[in-house]
Amino acid sequence: MPEETKDPNPVLPESKSPTTPQPGQAGDAGAPAPVSAAQGPAGNSEASAPSSASAAANSEAAAKPTDSAKPATAASAEKPATLTAPTGEKPAATATGEKAATPVTAKPAAPAAAKPAPKPEGPKPEPWDSDLSRRLRSQYGSGIREASTYLGQKYLVVDSTIIYEILLSMRNDELFDYCVDITAVHYPKREAQFDILYVLYSFHHNERVRIKAQIKDGDHVRTAVGIWETANWLEREVYDMFGIVFDGHPDLKRILMPDGWTGHPLRKDYPILQQDQEWVKINLGIESGQ
Amino acid sequence: MTDSTRTDYLSTEAQERRDSGTMDYLDLDTKDETFLDANEIVLNMGPQHPSTHGVLRVILKLDGEKVLGTECVIGYLHRGVEKIGENRTYAMFNPYVDRMDYVAAVSNGLGYCEAVEKLLNAEAPPRAQYLRVILTELCRIASHQVWLGTHALDIGALTPLFYCFRDREEILKIFEKYCGARLTTHAFRIGGCIYEAYDGFEQDCNKFCDAFVPKLDEYEELLTTNRIWVRRTKGVGILNPEDCIALGVTGPVLRAAGVKWDLRKAQPYEAYKNFDFDIPTGLNGDTYDRYLVRIEEMRQSVRIIRQAVEGLPQGPIMAKVPKVIKPPVGEIYHSIEAPKGELGYFIVSDGSTQPYRVRVRPPSFVNLQALDKMVRGLLIADVVAVIGTLDIVLGEVDR
Repeated sequence: MPEETKDPNPVLPESKSPTTPQPGQAGDAGAPAPVSAAQGPAGNSEASAPSSASAAANSEAAAKPTDSAKPATAASAEKPATLTAPTGEKPAATATGEKAATPVTAKPAAPAAAKPAPKPEGPKPEPWDSDLSRRLRSQYGSGIREASTYLGQKYLVVDSTIIYEILLSMRNDELFDYCVDITAVHYPKREAQFDILYVLYSFHHNERVRIKAQIKDGDHVRTAVGIWETANWLEREVYDMFGIVFDGHPDLKRILMPDGWTGHPLRKDYPILQQDQEWVKINLGIESGQ
Repeated sequence: MTDSTRTDYLSTEAQERRDSGTMDYLDLDTKDETFLDANEIVLNMGPQHPSTHGVLRVILKLDGEKVLGTECVIGYLHRGVEKIGENRTYAMFNPYVDRMDYVAAVSNGLGYCEAVEKLLNAEAPPRAQYLRVILTELCRIASHQVWLGTHALDIGALTPLFYCFRDREEILKIFEKYCGARLTTHAFRIGGCIYEAYDGFEQDCNKFCDAFVPKLDEYEELLTTNRIWVRRTKGVGILNPEDCIALGVTGPVLRAAGVKWDLRKAQPYEAYKNFDFDIPTGLNGDTYDRYLVRIEEMRQSVRIIRQAVEGLPQGPIMAKVPKVIKPPVGEIYHSIEAPKGELGYFIVSDGSTQPYRVRVRPPSFVNLQALDKMVRGLLIADVVAVIGTLDIVLGEVDR
């Protein structure tokens, strides 16, 4: 997996690294002890006298076996490989060493990954096939856009028009009697700007499922207060923070922000700094230092 | 009604409403009547009221001394924790979560660290997990002690406050020795613990446990069979299991209603599956049962601490997580059993060093919503008892 996805990456640093100054690289890799010490001189010699490149390469080659021997300190050790490679002929050993190693260092800003080479590629959502998801699929068809698990957590992505029906059937048919949380996420660049999210839990099955739907800015959602009383404040908070309106809510008004507040703070385009500066200007009569 | 210093943010509509005096918070049915004709009066309790445990404002609609309805006005302590989270790196946000439920800061940190670890697909090493359990359970006891002291004080028993704070001091000393801070500890890091247990940590914990159990009996001597205590708490603020579940109420409040549900058992996290402990439940779901449940929870916490100290494994205390935390793109919801109920973190990662969204599901916020149902038909004095028994912390309600 990691090699496939990140193979293109190592190529770039290789071609770039001659132009980029080595000091930066050497400084970046300043992690544990002996290897980085060995690497420092190598980098210097490269920069000053290209003729000594072969010597540098040799020292690299000497360093290499230790890399492969203990992948634990890989991140700090790979750096020299990328540095020396372009300077002269690359030994076969370095080339292979690079393949295995550089994908880690190439991506994050060098000091990042110390060890967890396999982690960055991340787990992928897997399709979630169970009685529940099959039942819902047969009932709502394409209304269920996705049923997956991610890191063992189940979630459904549903069409925004059938949120209420899904929630109702989750509550009444599937016995998800406890609405843990309702929240939203704002993606300003997307056409449907908001993800609205319901975290549900079933005491009967000891199981948690997230229901997610994408809605556009200005779209209204039918309230879930009739299904779970707890939705009252949770929806008020979503309204307060994101400006998503819940139709049929008994008392939809701001909950955390003051009554006359303008704007919805958890939207990504909410200008915190500007608000602060304005407030300081109006109330303190000075320019804000921020 | 509105904070007068911030008129610049009032929308014109709100300004009009304020100027015309129609900015009422409670819809009264008595609009046509004059004040004297009305049977019901509206009383404002808080936000600066000693028994609201912070800046909670409750608007009470009363008939004489009987409560007909309430409305909570919250947000006075709103600091925008979730927004802050979006503008900090994962590690930088860690200390902020301590400031939500500031009497149980360790639990907050545990929930957050675990959520990020899950997102990273990492797990704290066994020794770190045991250390975390010990500190979290100590923190649970400390949180319950604050609750008991202030709750008893509200109802009129002065002594338990001093006893509780005296004994809580021992826990804070352990925290201080362990990480240098007493309240907002920042004890855990993503991937494990940063501090090794200090010399004598185990002895200190055992010493605390040995000394604490008799103290717990002392608290009970003061209250459990105290006639005034029983009369003030039995049958007050009843919440039945169905209502609890519908309102999303968790923690001791839910268990006092008879629902045997504790995330430490239902969906064990950390090393909790290794320990033998019971989940105390109540029968009636009233204030007295909630008191008994929390007292018993402290005893169970002592049991857990003893087992964890006994079995504290050797080994590393930090998992192999990168120095700069960049979880892969994805979403996670993770929750733990905080002293007040289910504390959940929903984190969205976009693959960068900062979370794209951090949502905190605070137990106090959700539990507070049950206040209205619990106090209807009771007297004003009982409202004080019910606010106490819900065990809310406004730092967590408002975030």
